[in-house]
Amino acid sequence: MASIGMNDLRVGVKIIIEADPCVILESDLVKPGKGQAFTRIKFRNLKTGRVLERTFKAGDSVEVADVIDTDLQYLYADGQFWHFMDPASYEQHSADSQAVGEAAKWLKEQDVCAVTLWNGAPITVSPPNFVILRVVETDPGVRGDTASGGTKPATLETGAIVKVPLFLEQGEVIKVDTRTGEYVSRVKDGDQ
Amino acid sequence: MLARIRMFFAERNVMEVETPLLSASTVTDPHLASLSTRCRPPARDSEQRVYLQTSPEFAMKRLLAAGSGPIFQICKAFRDGEAGRWHNPEFTLLEWYRPGYDHLRLMDEVEELVGGLLRRPTARRMTYAEVFKTCVGADPFAAGERALARLAVDLGLSAESAAKLDRAGCLDFVFSAGVQPALRELGCVLIRDFPASQAALARVSPHDRRVAERFEMLVDGIELANGYHELSDAGEQRSRFLRDLATRKRLGATEPPLDERLLAALEHGLPKCAGVAVGVDRLLMLAAGVTDIRQVLAFPIDRA
Repeated sequence: MASIGMNDLRVGVKIIIEADPCVILESDLVKPGKGQAFTRIKFRNLKTGRVLERTFKAGDSVEVADVIDTDLQYLYADGQFWHFMDPASYEQHSADSQAVGEAAKWLKEQDVCAVTLWNGAPITVSPPNFVILRVVETDPGVRGDTASGGTKPATLETGAIVKVPLFLEQGEVIKVDTRTGEYVSRVKDGDQ
Repeated sequence: MLARIRMFFAERNVMEVETPLLSASTVTDPHLASLSTRCRPPARDSEQRVYLQTSPEFAMKRLLAAGSGPIFQICKAFRDGEAGRWHNPEFTLLEWYRPGYDHLRLMDEVEELVGGLLRRPTARRMTYAEVFKTCVGADPFAAGERALARLAVDLGLSAESAAKLDRAGCLDFVFSAGVQPALRELGCVLIRDFPASQAALARVSPHDRRVAERFEMLVDGIELANGYHELSDAGEQRSRFLRDLATRKRLGATEPPLDERLLAALEHGLPKCAGVAVGVDRLLMLAAGVTDIRQVLAFPIDRA
């Protein structure tokens, strides 16, 4: 595997630290006037999401991580793995529950997700920022109540539970922001 | 700020001087990289390698040996590979020398100048051993190399890097990663009695061979000034140069020619003196309250 020197530890570069792929968030030279030079980096572990700092001395090298970010189409889940396909090459990738994590509750067949591949295998899956999903279970709608601002829980077809306005009925289709998990709007069939 | 610095020295009868930025030789410090270029002297066919100074200390010492008396200089200095939040490869140094002073007396003058420019209250004075004990709970002289390496790893150094560092390198790291952040809250701090292994161009204390008569001023944890009770023994200077070159060879760094003109000047006789260098860009950063050197440079290296 390729290695890089301290001068190449730039923001955005992906490297291996303690056997995990990491992305550099900040990089700075640390050097007492006449003393030994060091490079201090702040990095995010791409598997766990944790942000840490580490320092290396000048002249050392670090292994590069073969990490790419790509858009893959979600196909189906088989109970153990979530299967994705590269829409250009039709190449398929399967992601385990650790890689899919919280994204699982937003995944709908055909949606395109941002997937990070490490050595060709998915390590993180990010759902689209907005998803359009059907409400499969919620309390009956309160007719005409579009102004009170009250909410109720609704279960969506993917299993996610979001707070929706009181007027929504079971079977309706809504738009949700997956970054906040919040209801955005009602989608009329055909709007999508 | 430059005008106030010049006024400070004019009032004290310290003469402003200019020395060349280009020199036929350069420093041997293992961890400094000089920029160099080529120059064709008049009436000569062959090109000569010349170095951009990493500080004006060698040229200024030659003036002192020639009997200049107290001198100061504000000039550009260059250090290859140093760019970051606190470094630019081309930067501005204020350097001055006081014949007849020792490092302790010069520390007072540094405090007077910097304290005045930054409007800071009296500096706290500590020894290198005291700051280590206070900030990281270690004795820099008594602690073994392995204990220092462990401390370095605890402070965020990669284990692979720590395994390759010598004692001085570990101390450098612990100072940067453990001591400096802890000093952020303390304002101006003057640290003296550095380990002899980090003497650079300072004389070793005649009272305690483990320490060098070197000091640094840190302001809000930032290294601002570095001063010495200057080494004037030509023989000792030559052996330090040769030791540095051996270290450079081991590290795979370039091995520049020794500055024989400086050695000749020391041979002739450098008056007992103390000297100090202050980073002017960092002084500006502290005065302006900014934390990126690019904010005080007209055109930092990536836009130079």
